[in-house]
Amino acid sequence: MSPGASLLAADEQRAERIRVQGLVQGVGMRPTVWRLARAAQLCGWVRNDGEGVEIRVQGGAEAIAAFVQALREQAPPLARIDRIERQTCALESLPAFQIEHSGSGAVRTAVVADAACCEQCRAEIFDPYARRYRYAFTNCTHCGPRLSIVASIPYDRAGTSMRAFALCQDCRAEYEAPDDRRFHAQPIACHACGPRAQLLRADGAAFSVQALSMLDEVDAACTLLQRGQILAIKGLGGYQLACDAGNAEALAELRRRKRRARKPFALMARDLDVIRQYARLSDTEAALLQSAAAPIVLLDAEGQALPEAVAPGLRSLGFMLPNTPLHHLLLRRMARPIVLTSGNLADEPQCIDDEDARARLSGIADYFLLHNRAIVRRVDDSVARVVDGRVQLLRRARGYAPNPLPLPQGFAEAAPLLALGGELKNSFCLLRRGEAIVSHHMGDLGEARTQADYRRAVGDYLQLFEHQPQAVVIDAHPEYHSSKFGHELAEQRRLPLRRVQHHHAHIAACLADNGVPLNAPPVLGIALDGLGFGDNGEIWGGEFLLADYRSCRRLGSFKPVAMLGGEKAMVEPWRNTYAQLMAELGWPRFAMNYAELDLYRFLEAQPRAVFDAMLGQGLNSPPASSCGRLFDAVAAAMGICRERALYEGQAAIELETLVDQHTLRHEDEQLAYPFAIPRLQNGLPYIEPLAMWQALLGDLVLGTPLPVMAARFHKGLTQVMVRMVEKLCDSEGAAAGLRCVALSGGVFQNRVLLSEMRRRLQAAGYTVLQHRQLPANDGGLSLGQAVIAAAQGLAGIH
Amino acid sequence: LSHGSGGKAMRDLIADVFVGAFDNPSLSALEDQAVFDLKQLGTHGERLAFTTDTYVVDPLFFPGGDIGHLAVNGTVNDLAMSGARPLYLSCGVVLEEGLPIETLRRVVESMRQAALAAGVQIVTGDTKVVERGSADKLFINTAGIGVVPAGINISASRAQPGDAVIINGTLGDHGAAILIARGQLALQAEVPSDCQPLHELVAAMLRACPDIHCLRDATRGGLATVLNEFAQSSQVGIRLQEQTLPLREDVKGACEILGLDPLYLANEGKLVAVVPGEAVEAVLAAMRALPAGRDAACVGRVVAAPRGAVILETGFGGERVVDMLVGEQLPRIC
Ligand SMILES: [Fe+3]
Ligand SMILES: [Mg+2]
Ligand SMILES: [Zn+2]
Ligand SMILES: [Zn+2]
Repeated sequence: MSPGASLLAADEQRAERIRVQGLVQGVGMRPTVWRLARAAQLCGWVRNDGEGVEIRVQGGAEAIAAFVQALREQAPPLARIDRIERQTCALESLPAFQIEHSGSGAVRTAVVADAACCEQCRAEIFDPYARRYRYAFTNCTHCGPRLSIVASIPYDRAGTSMRAFALCQDCRAEYEAPDDRRFHAQPIACHACGPRAQLLRADGAAFSVQALSMLDEVDAACTLLQRGQILAIKGLGGYQLACDAGNAEALAELRRRKRRARKPFALMARDLDVIRQYARLSDTEAALLQSAAAPIVLLDAEGQALPEAVAPGLRSLGFMLPNTPLHHLLLRRMARPIVLTSGNLADEPQCIDDEDARARLSGIADYFLLHNRAIVRRVDDSVARVVDGRVQLLRRARGYAPNPLPLPQGFAEAAPLLALGGELKNSFCLLRRGEAIVSHHMGDLGEARTQADYRRAVGDYLQLFEHQPQAVVIDAHPEYHSSKFGHELAEQRRLPLRRVQHHHAHIAACLADNGVPLNAPPVLGIALDGLGFGDNGEIWGGEFLLADYRSCRRLGSFKPVAMLGGEKAMVEPWRNTYAQLMAELGWPRFAMNYAELDLYRFLEAQPRAVFDAMLGQGLNSPPASSCGRLFDAVAAAMGICRERALYEGQAAIELETLVDQHTLRHEDEQLAYPFAIPRLQNGLPYIEPLAMWQALLGDLVLGTPLPVMAARFHKGLTQVMVRMVEKLCDSEGAAAGLRCVALSGGVFQNRVLLSEMRRRLQAAGYTVLQHRQLPANDGGLSLGQAVIAAAQGLAGIH
Repeated sequence: LSHGSGGKAMRDLIADVFVGAFDNPSLSALEDQAVFDLKQLGTHGERLAFTTDTYVVDPLFFPGGDIGHLAVNGTVNDLAMSGARPLYLSCGVVLEEGLPIETLRRVVESMRQAALAAGVQIVTGDTKVVERGSADKLFINTAGIGVVPAGINISASRAQPGDAVIINGTLGDHGAAILIARGQLALQAEVPSDCQPLHELVAAMLRACPDIHCLRDATRGGLATVLNEFAQSSQVGIRLQEQTLPLREDVKGACEILGLDPLYLANEGKLVAVVPGEAVEAVLAAMRALPAGRDAACVGRVVAAPRGAVILETGFGGERVVDMLVGEQLPRIC
């Protein structure tokens, strides 16, 4: 027994082995444990192991209890403690508390999400007396790059793109001191030893930075923005394009050069005060903007106006705060927001490679603000919004991925799986040991560079997380690139391949997102989206499903209406209007009653005979029970985004934007557009829009204001969906007695629809599940695929 | 026509309709087989090419051709894609009971003309009549024999980085013609099928560049399918430039309205060649000197990566993956 320990009375001595699980590696957990244990005068050690952090403590029983309490309360900012397990063990002779090197070679620190510059680092870069004054690559254990710079495991400096920069003495001292905020912060650096920013003209010509700023190149870049120039900026997870958001000319030029006609631009502002001048900001929204993830947050525009070209046709603005020191420094003197959009042409993925960026962006940017730290992995900005006080993710990437999501009860024993996701807004998912690692947003797999990136990323994640899947899970759609890739992978690795129906995956993702246990009773799922492959080769997209993790039964749907010209119907919203009107009224009736409408004149001028033949013969016009297409049809009928959608979902988004809140909340329910619920020939109840069309066309004839019409449509649609729920869940219905409804699918990104559905369902006594940590769109699909395959595996279905 | 079992009625039918039309010594002999002199065949080259294909099309007659043209040219082209000179064809016909004899005569007449134009002989054949409903009007099978000259080595696995991709004319004409003819689509356009024999064009191309690496006719599944086959067999990438793809304005317009991708539409007189980069101009010049190659164009190039993939560079800086389809063109955007 050591002399130190013998000073304490034997009956107060206690020894414990404590396991901490959750997001506890690579986030500064061990130094925190070290600091707290030393403060409590405990002996022992802490180390990372395969499942989290392992702690051995010895000391007074009360001191240990206080230590555990402190650990919960003072966990480092990026940590998330899911579980603390305590176990008594034998007393032994131990020196003062130590941080031990991880035990066996198999133990590796997990890779976590990139985190926005923390408050302390921010204070340092603006402190003229600090060592890192105006240093654009400042970071510490509580902040900085992770996923975007990791090339290989284990996660230490040699495995990141910081490898190229040898630590100076001062940085090394910080790195090695357990009581320093930078203890084992892999990417630390300073002016003396780290990466540097550089400002270049896009045409390669020389210029004088001093003429633009007395400070440095980053500050000079700010001057250029203020002068209306377009800059390509090497950000955290990819190149970005920036210009002064208050400068209409610069904006127009950026849209022209980038060939992005209408899709809204994201904005970055120096601080919340700047944002408040242009948008309404709740406490939840402010907290979200300031969180370590620092996503783009969609806010309602209010106050001072920005030029229309920022977000044409919309009333929301996507704002973010600076997430790296570089951005903080760049915006220091910028009193207005800047546009900060992905550095690419049209719909390509953003550039991450310097040479590639120079080649692709020289025609767009006037200047480049670069640096010499390589971006290893393309990680987009995340996008979120707050609906009814709840955070809703629209795109999950920087700041969120790849942090593991704990799976609900029942999944702890599931075999490791790889689920490959959908086609657009793709993400993929690794499922293991009761947790799911959902990848960062990949994007549209039809785009060649995105697809190449995706294929690389799947291999990359398998390696980073040492994941050995025992099955590959894909969507049932035979033409999805992810499905085809799944076939290849399964064949190469000799793994079983499982197919999961699209809308079942949406609902299962929503269940897992809400922590619904594996063996919970089924829920009524409402999956609304553009389209997904249904049973029997049908195309679905507005489905009422009786679902749990293992199985799914379709109980009701939207009316199947032809997609005139297949995918063309996604791009030309009016095709859906025509198909709907022909399915409901037929041309003679439409012509007889509505010939005075501008909609009539528009449709009349189209090659209708061809379309009628296509409809008659089903030529490239598959019927789809799609809610997304109904939105397109209604928007186009009202003259919104009629001829061509310039980005995905434009018609529905602009229709939602129009909604008049007063009509929505206060108008007589009777004026909402009516729908009926008859049954299809196969007995399936469906939402029949005939009466809605008559009311809507009538309003068009009367010249009812569009915002009122948009509100009546949303209201009517939610009314009928709730009626459908009640019908299915009443005593006679197929889902008799169910009181829990899960909402998923891209259409639920519509804030009005989501909010109204919640309100009405709750008023009718239902529990409503909506997404929390994953997007409702296809970005969440891979998690749903994974939990379904896992659940079926656990049930012994192979 | 009535359902028969090979008696005198059938013999009369064959003698009446086929023998007269195809008129050559082998067929006129009405033996059960055609017999060739090996030495004589050997004068054309050193390897024998042999192929078969079955033709089913609705409608039987369409602008620019009919099932008879298809049956001759399709098999001629399959032979030609190995570099062979097509020589002899067989012809098996399945007829649905009740098919008007006039229809049969018309089809056989076009086979005769197509064979004459292509310089091949139809030397053996067979006819069956099946019960009403057991077949749709008329099916034809043709097999063909040709001879490949020395020094030619064409294979889907020979594409290599630096090679160029050439096609001999506008895309999707046959597919569009059939859609329009079948659908009574009320499209203003009357697109004729591109159905034509390609062996003379191939011969001219081989004279300009004996080292053609890959050659295939872009029939069902269109250009996209053939290029995916090349990319996979050769383990190379293929990049297409959208602006260089030859398209008839009316086909383009029809595709716009119908929402179809011309890259996947069928052709019946279009070939895709992969040739060494330095031979492009010579091959194009040789092709353009012939009617079947008048609109020949270089539409893409072979690259090392991504292996096995075909990529379309669109005018807007985008790069779309052009996949091999598992089934029909089916919307996939959620
Ligand atoms: Fe979906
Ligand atoms: Mg063939
Ligand atoms: Zn920090
Ligand atoms: Zn340093």
